[in-house]
Amino acid sequence: MIEVLRPGLLSSVQDLGRRGHAAIGVGGAGAMDSNALTLANWLVGNDAGAAALECTLNGPRLRFTADACIAWCGADGELRLDGAPLPTWRPLPVAAGQVLDAAGLRRGARGYLAVAGGIAVAPVLGSRSVDVNAGLGPCDGRALQTGDQLPLSDAARPWLRRTPAWSLMPWPWFDPAPARVLRVLRGSHFDALDPASRKSLLSEPFHIAAESNRVGVRLLGPALQLTAPLELVSAAVTAGTLQLPPGGQPIMLAAEHPTTGGYPRIAHLIATDQPHLAQRRPGETVRLALIEPDEAEALRRRHATALARLHDHLRQRLQELRCAP
Amino acid sequence: MSGLRAIEPLGDSAVLLHFGDRIDATVNAEVHAAARHLAALALPGIIELVPAYASLAVVFDPAQWQADGVTPAQHCVAALTRAFATPPATTAASAVLIEVPVCYGGEHGPDLAAAAQRSGLPVEEFIARHAAVEYRVAMLGFAAGFPYLLGLDARLQQPRRASPRTRVPAGSVAIGGLQTGIYPRALPGGWNLIGRTPLTLFDAHASPPNRLAAGQRVRFRAVTAAEFAALQEAQPSA
Repeated sequence: MIEVLRPGLLSSVQDLGRRGHAAIGVGGAGAMDSNALTLANWLVGNDAGAAALECTLNGPRLRFTADACIAWCGADGELRLDGAPLPTWRPLPVAAGQVLDAAGLRRGARGYLAVAGGIAVAPVLGSRSVDVNAGLGPCDGRALQTGDQLPLSDAARPWLRRTPAWSLMPWPWFDPAPARVLRVLRGSHFDALDPASRKSLLSEPFHIAAESNRVGVRLLGPALQLTAPLELVSAAVTAGTLQLPPGGQPIMLAAEHPTTGGYPRIAHLIATDQPHLAQRRPGETVRLALIEPDEAEALRRRHATALARLHDHLRQRLQELRCAP
Repeated sequence: MSGLRAIEPLGDSAVLLHFGDRIDATVNAEVHAAARHLAALALPGIIELVPAYASLAVVFDPAQWQADGVTPAQHCVAALTRAFATPPATTAASAVLIEVPVCYGGEHGPDLAAAAQRSGLPVEEFIARHAAVEYRVAMLGFAAGFPYLLGLDARLQQPRRASPRTRVPAGSVAIGGLQTGIYPRALPGGWNLIGRTPLTLFDAHASPPNRLAAGQRVRFRAVTAAEFAALQEAQPSA
């Protein structure tokens, strides 16, 4: 069990999301940074999609009531285990009674705590992701609260023979540097933007608004305008869709986006770059660059190949650390 | 003219099939026929089929649609184009008529009187007209289990509220423009609240979770506040 001593700003149980229910209005939810979730899970010997904790900006304080094996990936800052600095991007044994404190994540916006065996809450509609905005999923469909007890599976018992001396290199999986340009594809209504707005979208920096959340990331910058107003009938939208409400400040839809929307769709963040947007903090800037679908596909393949290679490598390294069953 | 008009990409992992560009029962029936057709074909690597008023989104796993020389979206579009070479039959699949009890006005429909006044109708006639027609569920969206209903009497249409309410009670029956719908849970909302149903519209732990499904026929039945309370009592708690 993991006992929640302090929930932090917004900490919730997430896996790789809920699929197949969009037709009844149930969205995907899931980890905002799928890279960090996947790697944290692999580091403790889980499948990529095991349920873990997503912790936002100001993380939780947690007590383990049983021995476990954990890994922390993604945003970091002052992470402590019983007061000592917590090594990140590597598997670690923790003993019953130990307290992990993730207050003040300073680099990146979202950190992921994976536990060997996964967080064993009961899945809802095929997923252990909490859809905070929809109030749907395990944990009563809400973020962590003080006093919550998260069940761990039997597989959570420590399997490490020793703590490794190595850590995974976060780059290129985790890159919160605002200098990194995020890549978008043309949306259906990109050409409906007036020429000045098209230019601004792809050349000006946009700031991440404080009201950004798991539903969408609001981008503050030069107001974008259409050449002429569009009357649109609501249609499906996806994570990464850049919508333009009448006010002219675009919203990049994220994990908990509504399944349908009626605003113009001016661009789409490529799937490969969505984890990087998830790590931008309120007030930080984003620059967007337009690429073609074949470039996006080349980037996706490179990312998938690199990730698969890393998985093979990690499996071998973990084998060396594993206790005899 | 009918049928599939265009397919366009929706990012790198989805495409949008367009059947028209307006809210129309015939177009919407084509959308649902297309969704049934694709569901029956069970193409591999399809993650979601998301029907809306006049479009159907197909969300796919790019890894399963990877091919040489084309993007996964192009590959998927080619397969979808083949799938629609013969347009699917648009015979209404659902003969199911769902009756939704509604307590109109009062605390359950705080905007009813103003809405009736805007429509130039006595409140009783406004209610009678709302409950007289048969609606069709055009799509579920906005929130889990929120039905957008087609068929509203044009006389009853209402402008959206200038400032949306931060919390609309679960079960509220509302009108926004020419659309009418039901809030499945307490949500922020900008539509005019004319009544409330005691039915639970969405329960993630029920099978299926949604009381109303796209394509189904719906009729409202006016009930008294006392009947509302009795029916609410009889509902399984969500």
